[in-house]
Amino acid sequence: QEAAKYDKKVMVLDFVTPTPLGTSWGLGGTCVNVGCIPKKLMHQAALLGQALQDARKFGWQFTEEVKHNWMTMTESVQNYIGSLNWGYRVALREKKVTYENAYGEFVGPHTVKVLHTCFLAKRFLIATGERPRYLGIPGDKEYCISSDDLFSLPYCPGKTLVVGASYVALECAGFLAGLGLDVTVMVRSILLRGFDQDIANKIGEYMEEHGINFIKQFVPIKIEEGTPGRLKVTAQSTVGNEIIEGEYNTVLLAIGRDACTRKIGLDKVGVKINEKTGKIPVNDEEQTNVPYIYAIGDILQDKLELTPVAIQAGRLLVRRLYGGATSKCDYVNVPTTVFTPLEYGACGYSEERAVEEFGEENIEVYHSYFWPLEWTVPSRDNNKCYAKIICNIKDNERVIGFHVLGPNAGEVTQGFAAAIKCGMTKEQLDGTIGIHPVCAE
Amino acid sequence: KSEYDLLVIGGGSGGLACAKEAAQFGRKVAVLDYVEPSPQGTQWGLGGTCVNVGCIPKKLMHQAALLGSALKDAQHYGWNISQPVQHTWSVMAQAVQNYVKSLNWGHRVQLQDKKVKYFNIKGSFSDPHTIRGLTKAGKEIVITAEKIVIATGGRPKYPTHIAGALEYGITSDDLFWLKESPGKTDLYHSFVLYVSLECAGFLTGIGLDTTVMIRSIPLRGFDQQMSSLVAEHMESYGTKFLKKCIPTKVEKLESNKLQVTWKNTDLGTEESDSFDTVMWAVGRVPDTKTLNLETVGVKTNPETGKIIVDASEATSVPHIYAIGDITEGRPELTPTAIAAGKLLARRLFGQASELMDYDNVPTTVFTPLEYGCVGLSEEKAVQCYGSDNIEVFHAYYKPLEFTVAERDATQCYIKMVCLREREQRILGLHFIGPNAGEVIQGFALGIKCGATYRQLMKTIGIHPTCAEEITKLHITKRSGLDATVTGC
Repeated sequence: QEAAKYDKKVMVLDFVTPTPLGTSWGLGGTCVNVGCIPKKLMHQAALLGQALQDARKFGWQFTEEVKHNWMTMTESVQNYIGSLNWGYRVALREKKVTYENAYGEFVGPHTVKVLHTCFLAKRFLIATGERPRYLGIPGDKEYCISSDDLFSLPYCPGKTLVVGASYVALECAGFLAGLGLDVTVMVRSILLRGFDQDIANKIGEYMEEHGINFIKQFVPIKIEEGTPGRLKVTAQSTVGNEIIEGEYNTVLLAIGRDACTRKIGLDKVGVKINEKTGKIPVNDEEQTNVPYIYAIGDILQDKLELTPVAIQAGRLLVRRLYGGATSKCDYVNVPTTVFTPLEYGACGYSEERAVEEFGEENIEVYHSYFWPLEWTVPSRDNNKCYAKIICNIKDNERVIGFHVLGPNAGEVTQGFAAAIKCGMTKEQLDGTIGIHPVCAE
Repeated sequence: KSEYDLLVIGGGSGGLACAKEAAQFGRKVAVLDYVEPSPQGTQWGLGGTCVNVGCIPKKLMHQAALLGSALKDAQHYGWNISQPVQHTWSVMAQAVQNYVKSLNWGHRVQLQDKKVKYFNIKGSFSDPHTIRGLTKAGKEIVITAEKIVIATGGRPKYPTHIAGALEYGITSDDLFWLKESPGKTDLYHSFVLYVSLECAGFLTGIGLDTTVMIRSIPLRGFDQQMSSLVAEHMESYGTKFLKKCIPTKVEKLESNKLQVTWKNTDLGTEESDSFDTVMWAVGRVPDTKTLNLETVGVKTNPETGKIIVDASEATSVPHIYAIGDITEGRPELTPTAIAAGKLLARRLFGQASELMDYDNVPTTVFTPLEYGCVGLSEEKAVQCYGSDNIEVFHAYYKPLEFTVAERDATQCYIKMVCLREREQRILGLHFIGPNAGEVIQGFALGIKCGATYRQLMKTIGIHPTCAEEITKLHITKRSGLDATVTGC
């Protein structure tokens, strides 16, 4: 869309290879169809379930038992996504960007083949993103679903086993439990690898306290049909010889995502990829080793897998190519939020990484547990919410890490990320007056 | 020699913070707190306005109203609740009052822990270092102190020139302590005040028939464009507005309802209607009358009655200070009172010199659709710098959660006022939407660090949130382009 503003002749190829179960979707990519958007909406549905419980304490009266209807929710969510798919198609048309809903692959220099036609372009941008990884064990593709299938599942998942410890796994487990389902999470080792581990553990604890079962240090080794309507999962311990079995209506795999770079003919044009991960290394201007081929988004090596980052990188790249701009995408201090039942917002260094980079004696960690006012009346979870900032003592106590665990973590974190961008110090933080009564204060 | 190093008159947000901070320095500190019953007879415990009849019960009742909306939303998200859902005032009021009482208790325990002596008496100056007061039992207590801090706050004003106002009307002092539902309520709101819009908002939200009578404009002192949007939302939400109207009398009917008669200044007509409750929210006045300030020479502003202080919170009498709502020219907010109180204690007893910075204090109005802001309003910025020298970025957006819930987002709006020159420093940020306070807090910090538009644009958004829309602002008012956010 940005390139079209410079009157460039632009074409977009978008194609969704159906999942093993046959799920597919429209224009917009992961975020819109099987990521951020449906995830946040289902998370909201779960939060509303909690709100119903709170409402009674605040004086609202309604029937004792309130049940959730999966189909009603999924239909509403899918309708909204459909409107977004439509919106994108209209936007592309209005901006005169040619759109082909077809699979494209490189066949030679400057040439991409789409169905039976070859297209030549001066420049190419690869932004094919990723898809969920499968376990590679008997029965996985046959019986398991992934986040690709979950958000449009035409039946309620029922008793669910979530395999994985990524934010995808925990967010999905979180909202499924919030909707009233029996949820178990099978974790190979640690939760939320790459995130602050102190916070990751708190998130896990909260989920356990709220009825989600965790099977730790196990990996599934076989999935097969169990009693009618159920799947039987056999798992092995990672620290011994123990084998366990369990039965579930649904097994959701969330063990990671693989870049869609292996089958688009990159070898034909000489674009180097990391053989192990499939990711594409680029320079700080998103250029691959082939000068006229660029890449952005989830497929980039050593970059963050986030929608706003991809959007920013894409826009700035185009402005540099056609608008004479020089700004590069700033990948430092990118804020993020994990929408688990207890939300987690973060920006900057985790405590471990700060210690590693600066040394324990050079950082100061300020922290606090807090109780959101809204949770007092319903007597909920006192002393679970938590905030911490990590400061660099040697640099005027500059805030290098911000972490908050609590409701509306994303809304809270955004402004602090802007402040971190301005180089805020602990002193400036102390000098800022709070808004009362809110969690962010 | 004085008995105490520090005597704090007023056990509210500012007073308690100051007293506890001073005690940390090993000083002998005493706090006086006394609540004069409201004309309707309402009273409460230690903690001041915020805890008892302000921020805390207000936010909790606002939450009750928000949960009412959540119940409606929940259906769209798949929850099977049979509508309509009823709200019972007494269940909510009881829960809120119990929580407030736990805070009263908490404050007493804290004072004890920090060895601050607490007197539940109404004190007045008998000489510059002496306060006298009577306990509830009628015993006279005399306290002398080296330094004195006045933090007695304010109380709601009654429009006593309106017949029946005092006898039949209530104020926010009473609203939060009502045992029974206020029923069909008329709030008279003359100028200033977010108090009446917030109350009207949650009363409407819990299902009560609520009318707001306004003499001129809502939310005076706040950005007027944002204020109109907030009021517009409330109207579409169900609150009735009687604009440009002034009440002339309140009478009690045989049915025990209240008959309010008012003049419509626009049409020049007189109208009346009956209500169960009439609440006045026409401003707050400082609680200084009974202090005997003239005796000791503490100067007040003759118009407002507020105590005049300098940048170090000192009054016209060197060893007497004042903080919080009672001081002239200061924001009437809990966090500023607390901060001022702490810094004052540190300057008096901790050899610190840091003065309170009252610039860029963020705040939030907890109306049904919340409004958070920090810095200058657009009008103020134009006044200070001239419209040619400022750039206003704005956007209408739709919270993701409103989509499936089929909720109207017409008034969800963000505005950022910046200087127009190169760096484009941010002068003011205004946000209307859910969780406005949570959104604005971090940006207030950024503005304290001198944030510019450029720096904000380099900040990556968190997706999907409402707050990220602030990092995406790019349409200016000057361009005249449509400011509606499209896309994912």
